Amino acid sequence: MNEKKFNLEEMKQFAKNLRRKVLDMAYYAGANSSHFGGALSSAEIISYLYGYYMNFDKKNPLWEDRDRFILSKGHGCLSYYAALSEIGYIKNDDLKTFEKDDTDLLGHPVINKNKGIEFSNGSLGMGLSLGIGVALAGKKKNKRYKVFVVLGDGECNEGSVWEAAMSAPNFKLNNLTIIIDNNKFQQTGSNKEIMDSSNLKKKWESFGWNVFEINGHDLTEIDNFFEKTSSSEKPRALIANTVKGKGFSFSENNNDWHHSILSKKFYEQGLEELNSK
Amino acid sequence: MEKNERNIKMWSTIGPRATVGIVAYELAKKIENLMVLTCDVSTSAGLDRYRKSYPDKYLDLGIAEQNMIGVAAGLASENYNVITTTFAPFQTMRCCEQIKVNLGYMKQKVTMVGIASGLVLGTLGYTHCCIEDIGVLRSIPNLTIISPADSLETVKALEELMNYDHSAYLRITGSSNNPIVYKKDYDFKIGKSISIKEGKDITIFCTGSMVYQILEASKLLEKENISAKVVNIHTIKPIDKEAILDSCKSKLVVTVEEHNIIGGLGSAVSEIISTVKNSPKQLFLGIKDTYSKGGNYNYLKVKFRLTPEMICEDIKKILFKKN
Repeated sequence: MNEKKFNLEEMKQFAKNLRRKVLDMAYYAGANSSHFGGALSSAEIISYLYGYYMNFDKKNPLWEDRDRFILSKGHGCLSYYAALSEIGYIKNDDLKTFEKDDTDLLGHPVINKNKGIEFSNGSLGMGLSLGIGVALAGKKKNKRYKVFVVLGDGECNEGSVWEAAMSAPNFKLNNLTIIIDNNKFQQTGSNKEIMDSSNLKKKWESFGWNVFEINGHDLTEIDNFFEKTSSSEKPRALIANTVKGKGFSFSENNNDWHHSILSKKFYEQGLEELNSK
Repeated sequence: MEKNERNIKMWSTIGPRATVGIVAYELAKKIENLMVLTCDVSTSAGLDRYRKSYPDKYLDLGIAEQNMIGVAAGLASENYNVITTTFAPFQTMRCCEQIKVNLGYMKQKVTMVGIASGLVLGTLGYTHCCIEDIGVLRSIPNLTIISPADSLETVKALEELMNYDHSAYLRITGSSNNPIVYKKDYDFKIGKSISIKEGKDITIFCTGSMVYQILEASKLLEKENISAKVVNIHTIKPIDKEAILDSCKSKLVVTVEEHNIIGGLGSAVSEIISTVKNSPKQLFLGIKDTYSKGGNYNYLKVKFRLTPEMICEDIKKILFKKN
């Protein structure tokens, strides 16, 4: 599917650029706050997809055969917008409008196909069903595009996720891949404290998915998953074990950064930490 | 589909619900990108023949309405013309937020058909009756709501909706052996109400199964020297403002619906007439914001005073009341 070769250094650079943009946008958001932690936990996943694995046309976001990406955990949009800006769909200047009045870049994605945003998301538990519809359409039209949906582990509390989970294997959608950003936290606490969602691998396997569990910040492990499951007959699920707030010492595994204001002090500290890597 | 006398009679005999399946079957012959989605109700929606004949244009999601709306929206985003159908409460409220986000907010075009709405499933209780759907959906932007008066209007509405740009909810009321309002083909335009009887004293706005009841009631009113104009509001949203403003010349405006009197046709009409100075009084007929004990359809229509005789009485009572 992809003539490019996986290059770890390139990928790391993509992820670094992405984190820089996440940091900038979070800072632009000012007192409006932003969903910082959950964006950073999916930084490598999104970098891998947009920086390497997915097929798209940089000149034409509407290209019919493009791979489709859906951020079901819509609050993680900082990483999404950053990736779309890295590939040129969103202008760097537009990132400055994040969460500003009348912006196209709200705190949850709003459908805007010219900017590469396929759907509006943010109400949890809805993105996988959309992905199933898109994957079914691809099968019916004999299209080769693939569909990628990123979900949160907290999001898997939603019953609608499991309605969708049941149906994708039923429809034999091997053109569909989900990645669960398993950062072990949700809005007001750890999963263990709020709603125990452990054993995600067993849960998804029992629903009929081809499931692997990896370190979601290790780009090589992510690549190995996609390579070894490329001819999977079942829909694929990647449980990506991640760290909420990954990349900055102040936010890692600190759930205060679920939705929070990035002050000048932390912004500068963040820049310093990023540049020293 | 040919709207001849024979078909109109046949559709009326089987009722609007089973007619939906027949229309879908005919539509599939012409519409290449049609998809019909259900939640384990293919038989109830008259889709058995469709399901066998067009397996590629049919998808059963199992008993999972939230997923159905999401999958429908995903297909719609890839240019499929999608119809979803299940029983009205599950087609609307069970997946209400999916409707809001995917169809309203995101404007993915899906045509939803809520079967057996109103009181027709009264023996099964209020889990299966649906007296709330219009009220719930009316507050969602970018969503059209249509409530056909009979089987023929169901056919015409569904055909129109296939070429319509917006998402819509088609609310199916009435039973088999459904009375015929339209004996022959007529002009149907989404958003344009139809005056089916002229009258100078009062205006009765009605929708769905109530249209036939009101035609009968208006005959009884004539005998009492009350001349009633009867308007079929088949499209509840966007509502035909002009027709409603026109009714402000009447002595009384009556709204009749097989729906809660809160949030439905009556509310929609009052939102317009209340903008007019010295507008007439409005009588709201429908289900009086209650979950009654259940029972068969006719029993419930009597209970909520939705028979021609009782509607006539209630109108007289208010017309001849002092003050």
